[in-house]
Parts: sequence; structure tokens; C-alpha cells
Amino acid sequence: MLELQNLSFQVSDDTKGQKEIIKDINLTFDDHAFIAITGPNGGGKSTLAKLIMGIEQPTAGRILFNGTDITGMDITGRARLGISFAFQQPVRFKGIKVKDLLSLAAQTRTDSCQGTREPAVPAGSAASKAAPLAAAQTRTNLSSACDYLSQVGLCARDYINRDVDASLSGGELKRIEIATIIARNTPLAVFDEPEAGIDLWSFNNLIKVFEELHQTRDNSLIIISHQERILNIADEIVVLAGGNVQARGRREDILPELLKGTEGCRFYK
Amino acid sequence: MDEIQKILLEQVAGLHEMPAGAYNIRANGTSTDRSTTANIDIVTKEDKQGIDIVIKPGTRKESVHIPVLLSQSGLTEMVYNDFHVGDDCDVTIVAGCGIHNSGDADSRHDGIHSFFIGKNSHVKYVEKHYGSGDGHGSRIMNPETVIELGENSFMELETVQIKGVDSTRRSTSARLADGAKLIVTEKLMTHGAQTAETAFQVDLDGADSSANIISRSVARDESRQLFLSKINGNNRCKGHSECDGIIMDNAKISAIPEITAGCLDAELIHEAAIGKIAGEQITKLMTLGLTEEEAEAQIVNGFLK
Repeated sequence: MLELQNLSFQVSDDTKGQKEIIKDINLTFDDHAFIAITGPNGGGKSTLAKLIMGIEQPTAGRILFNGTDITGMDITGRARLGISFAFQQPVRFKGIKVKDLLSLAAQTRTDSCQGTREPAVPAGSAASKAAPLAAAQTRTNLSSACDYLSQVGLCARDYINRDVDASLSGGELKRIEIATIIARNTPLAVFDEPEAGIDLWSFNNLIKVFEELHQTRDNSLIIISHQERILNIADEIVVLAGGNVQARGRREDILPELLKGTEGCRFYK
Repeated sequence: MDEIQKILLEQVAGLHEMPAGAYNIRANGTSTDRSTTANIDIVTKEDKQGIDIVIKPGTRKESVHIPVLLSQSGLTEMVYNDFHVGDDCDVTIVAGCGIHNSGDADSRHDGIHSFFIGKNSHVKYVEKHYGSGDGHGSRIMNPETVIELGENSFMELETVQIKGVDSTRRSTSARLADGAKLIVTEKLMTHGAQTAETAFQVDLDGADSSANIISRSVARDESRQLFLSKINGNNRCKGHSECDGIIMDNAKISAIPEITAGCLDAELIHEAAIGKIAGEQITKLMTLGLTEEEAEAQIVNGFLK
């Protein structure tokens, strides 16, 4: 499904010259995997997620998705190939409604269960320049948009016509962000700290959403998280610290070590 | 009416054929079609260009369309349209101007619309501006709107100028009596070397009067925009103005809001924000499979929707 080969990412640092955020990482994820990536703050987790989506470009190494080298591919290309991404801090828009965002998301949805995919409109074609939303709305009816919202615990009637702007709370926005990922239904979904900014009630729902996504679909999930309860439902855990993979293995093997506390934890040393 | 005029009519008034209710269509400097109703009269002015629209007290759920079409290159006109709206009315007025200029001389329409709105009346006024044609001559529109709002009356003013107007200077002034309310929404997009200036002056003279002026604009290429809004709170009142601008390419937008409170109980607020499209907005839409160009178009369309 996804292979990271000798992946590195450096940024320029005023004081130290080059700073390495990701250091020569090698990871392979199978189909239908549910992986949690955890580790201390500043360990490179979010950067790794962004490298997978193409939001950041690696300084060295390769990324393969289902055998295709996507290292040089832009965000749009990766999205159309079947990767989706939930932002840690979802973006707000003036004038774009919740239903618009869900329609856009569903427009490029993939149906991995049947191995078929709706053809994406080729970039730069006349059709692609004609309002993508109009095309999207013909394919997505309102009821499916409502379903996506219900799955993240939002009453569709109250939200469907609202702007995705500052009038929404952080928690509402976060749930809508997750609904767009459900709408896309891609072979691989990457969630960057989905629990951040979510209240306890929503958090219980969130766990259910991930469990359902994993059980009812063949897709793979990669979730960046600090939350024990999320780690607890993953099949595998990767511990990332200082830009290196400190540990990787089955949940049953890794989680007990992590729960001993950071002081005694060999992965955090 | 020729094909070009039909296209202009559709763009500025959303009309495919003659509208129901009262209307006056002005094409290339003369009134070509007119219809009146039992409650709405339209009379040609005798001392200058323009018409008087007289709406009887108590007129409800009726509409007036007064589109202006210019398809003859080099035509310049100055038109005075006065709207006399009686008490207790509820009407929709659709104005608008479309210029098609395929010649090399400038085409220009200047219009002064004056509204005298009676007590307890509700007026929705929609004005669209549109330009087309590939000639070197400019398409120029300078609309002026003067509004007198009577006690407890309510006016919604929507102005839209999205395409093809090379130069525009819009001036809107309003004076509000007790309990009167004004909501203005302006949508503006300029491109190429276009220039657009809009100036609002609102005098909140009456007790419990209120005004809300909302402007959203996008400036692309080398275009220039200037937004001026002045609200004077002269009584117990509420006033709010908001200018939201997106700049692209080498465009420039200036926003100059001014609020003056002349009464202890006047509550006045202004907000203005100008900037480029946030990069993270484009990134988010790209993660949904849109190209960068599609994402940009989506954001701009939504913003001006």
C-alpha cells in the first residue's frame, strides 16, 4: 500500500544551518492497515503525515503508493490517486458551505471495496475549469452529505447550509473535517491528531468512527495521535521521536511499554 | 431587441423575456419597452433624461424591472430615475446596466437613482453591472444612489459587478428616520486594468435606526479598488460596515472606513480585511482532488456568491 524509502526532510535553521526533522526513515504499510503514529511533540509526526500527502516535499528518499512512485507528485495528484488527509487545524472558508465541502470531497471519492474509481477530471481540461462544485453536486445528493455528518455526530439539518467559517467552533470544524474524509472514502486516509480540540463526548464518537471505518471498509488508516484510546484501537503502532522510528510493532507489544510512562519508556529515551 | 441586447438583459436582470409586473427597458438612450400596473406607474421625465417610478401606498408583492442596455459604441448618457415608494409597501426593484462595446469609442452610463421610501415599507433593490465586447473603447458606469428611508422602513440593497466594467465610481448615500433599517451587500470583482471606487455615506438620524454595509471584493491582474464607507450615528442607533477584500496578481485594494458617533447611544463598528487567498485554503481543496486553479476559482466563487 504505502512504502517510505530512506525518507528525509530538512529545513533551514538560522542557528544550526540545516535541521533534520525526518531522518532516513524506512516504513512499509500493508493494505487494510490501521496504524497509529505516536511519539513526543516535535518528533516529526505531523511532518511525516504532510510528506505522505505531498504538502511537504522530502529532501531525500522515495514514497511509493501501491507500487507507484509518488515522490514528485503534487497534492492534487496524490488526492486523485486515493490519499486523503485530515488537518490538525481545519481550514476555514468564507462563502463555502458545509455541503459544498462535502460535495467537493465526494466528487473524487474512490470505492476501494469494488476496486473501481470514478474518473477524475483531467487537470487543465475545459471541464476541470468549469466550476468543479457544479459537477460535484450532480454526483452527490444531499442525503449522502447528511449521512457523513451524522456519522461524526452532527445533526445535518443544523450544519449543512452553514459556512465553513469562524462561526463554527473548533470541535465542530474538526468533525466536519473528518466527515470530508469519510465522504472521500479513499484507499488511504491520514489523520493528523484528530483528537485535538475535540470534547469528551465527541471523542467517544470519534473512536467509533475510526473503528467503523476500519471494520466496514478495506481502506488503510494512518492516525497521528497522542491519545491512548486511539492507540488502543490501532492494529500497529509506530513510535517516532527525534525524526527516527524508535519502535514499530503490534499494538499489544508497543502499547504496554508506552503506558509505563515517558520516564521509564525505552522508546522515549 | 437584438441578440446582444438580449444577452445583456439576461446578465443584468436575469430575464429571458419581458418580466411580469412593471418594467421599463432603456436601450441605447431611449425607452423601448414599458409596462405599468394598477399600483406602479412609470412616467418619463420632461425636463431631463430619466423616469419617475411611482408606487402607490399599500402595494405589496410587486416588482419593477428597469434595466439599461448600451450596445452602441461611443454612447454617453446621464439618466435620472426617481422612485417614490408609498407607505406600507413591500416591493422588489431590479435595476442594472449592461454595456456591450465592440467599437473604439468609450461607452458610458451615469445614473442617479433617488429613493423616497415611505413609512413601514420594505424595498429590496438589486443592481447588477456587466460589460462585454472586444473593442478598445472603455465601458464606464458611474451609478449614484440617494436614499431617504421613512420611519420604520427597511431597504435591502444588493449590488453586483463581476465582469467587464472598465471603470466605475459608485456613490451611495442614505438618510434614515426613526426605526429605519438599511442593509447593503456589495459584490465586486475587477480584472485587467479596471478601476472601481465605491463610496457609502449613511446618516443614522432616527432613533433606533440601523445600517449594515457589507462589501466583498476580489481584485485581479493590475486592477485597482477603493472602498470608502462613512457612517454617522446621530441618534440612538447601530451601524456596522465590513470590507473584505482578496487581492491577486498585482492588484491593489484600499479600504477607508470612517465612523462618527454624535450621540452617546450610537453603537458603531467598522471592520476591514484585505489579503491574498490563504495558502492553506488552496492546500485543503487540493487534498480533495482539485487542482490549484480549480481551488482558487472555488474560493473566489464562494467568496463572491
